[in-house]
Amino acid sequence: MDVSAGDLNAPHSMGTTIIGVTYDGGVVLGADSRTSTGMYVANRASDKITKLTDNVYMCRSGSAADSQIVSDYVRYFLHQHTIQLGQPSTVKVAANLVRLLSYNNKNMLQTGLIIGGWDKYEGGKIYGIPLGGTILEQPFAIGGSGSSYLYGFFDQAWKEGMTQEEAEQLVVKAVSLAIARDGASGGVVRTVTINSEGVTRKFYPGDKLSLWHEELEPQNSLLDILSTGSPEPMVS
Amino acid sequence: MSSIGTGYDLSVTTFSPDGRVFQIEYAAKAVDNSGTVVGIKCKDGIVLGVEKLITSKMMLPGSNRRIHAVHRHSGMAVAGLAADGRQIVARAKSEATNYESVYGEPIPVKELAERVASYVHLCTLYWWLRPFGSGVILGGYDRDGPQLYMVEPSGVSYRYFGAAIGKGRQAAKTEIEKLKLSEMTCRQGVIEVAKIIYGVHDEAKDKAFELEMSWVCDESNRQHQKVPDDILEEAKAAAKAALEEMDAD
Repeated sequence: MDVSAGDLNAPHSMGTTIIGVTYDGGVVLGADSRTSTGMYVANRASDKITKLTDNVYMCRSGSAADSQIVSDYVRYFLHQHTIQLGQPSTVKVAANLVRLLSYNNKNMLQTGLIIGGWDKYEGGKIYGIPLGGTILEQPFAIGGSGSSYLYGFFDQAWKEGMTQEEAEQLVVKAVSLAIARDGASGGVVRTVTINSEGVTRKFYPGDKLSLWHEELEPQNSLLDILSTGSPEPMVS
Repeated sequence: MSSIGTGYDLSVTTFSPDGRVFQIEYAAKAVDNSGTVVGIKCKDGIVLGVEKLITSKMMLPGSNRRIHAVHRHSGMAVAGLAADGRQIVARAKSEATNYESVYGEPIPVKELAERVASYVHLCTLYWWLRPFGSGVILGGYDRDGPQLYMVEPSGVSYRYFGAAIGKGRQAAKTEIEKLKLSEMTCRQGVIEVAKIIYGVHDEAKDKAFELEMSWVCDESNRQHQKVPDDILEEAKAAAKAALEEMDAD
């Protein structure tokens, strides 16, 4: 997720796919695990879904440093807020604190964030906070460079009132599709499900995901799959 | 029950040998001598009422309001020194708007009460400040339902289902205790508050008074507002009738 070091021609993209989806009773957050510095994969198993409070998590994209510092500040403010209030903070409050930091420091920060969580007043909620610090409450949100390939997919596949199973499967499928097409996304798929009962983390290794169009099965050697129709070299 | 605090009552930063801070107690007396202020929590909201003693016949009715809106969802009724009360209200308004701009949600009434109490208490800690000579009853309606708090000049704040301060507070409290508040709606509550205030008003000692009332309830869409004129008139009429009934005994 770091901006390329030394490679002046490398695109300034947010190498990530992050997703947040509401379902009937909670939310599911999902992300890939690739952190790239230009063409080098700095971390192939990173955890981009960060805890803010027991009931609110945040998906990070863009500059790793920027998104980490924002999450650290918000975690600190929310902790104090929880103590003052005497009860867990709501998702809305968490999202508002994030957007105040994003907006007021927009000149220095480069990070797109998705906040998702569950509270007893509003249930499961997703808030998208893209680059400039806009805050938008959405039934689902996508972000990162890989999300470009998912707009059409969600238009077709998203529906209101899914079950937890359906939502989780949708998220895993979507991240997997984005990984297939986006060079800056890859690795494993991590999901975090938040509802009234608590938080569940799930992990889907990269080689266990379904294969999509034109994707090859893992091979020992590509020579094994070269077509037999090609002429043998050097036959006397 | 006034004790002479000779020597220990000159500064708010001095304790007496029996552990009292007399300046704060004297501040409370300012509240005790003011017009009665009543607040009740009904099942669907809060009703606040004030016995606004009219000092001059030339005062315009509706002026010198004693009940102020703090935020969309909460209001404060003030007793004691009016100017001091205005400061407390100003601080409460400022806390409420500041909270909302940072946290993105209306300030929970409990949090507001704590902040106001904290501020009032602050002014009892320094010798170069005097305590506020006013107490407030704060009523609000947030996500956790309607809530009523009272803040005294000492900075103490408690949550109540019925509260009264000012001259007629003892009689008012007795009346409030008789009410079944958990079953009452604000519509009925308005009438009861009016009856209480008319009831505790001392015709002999004080001349005229104006009844000021406000509410935050489901009917007012959880917004704090003056009780609508028609309902107010209805309440006043009922209160006057109840008085006459009592006199007739």
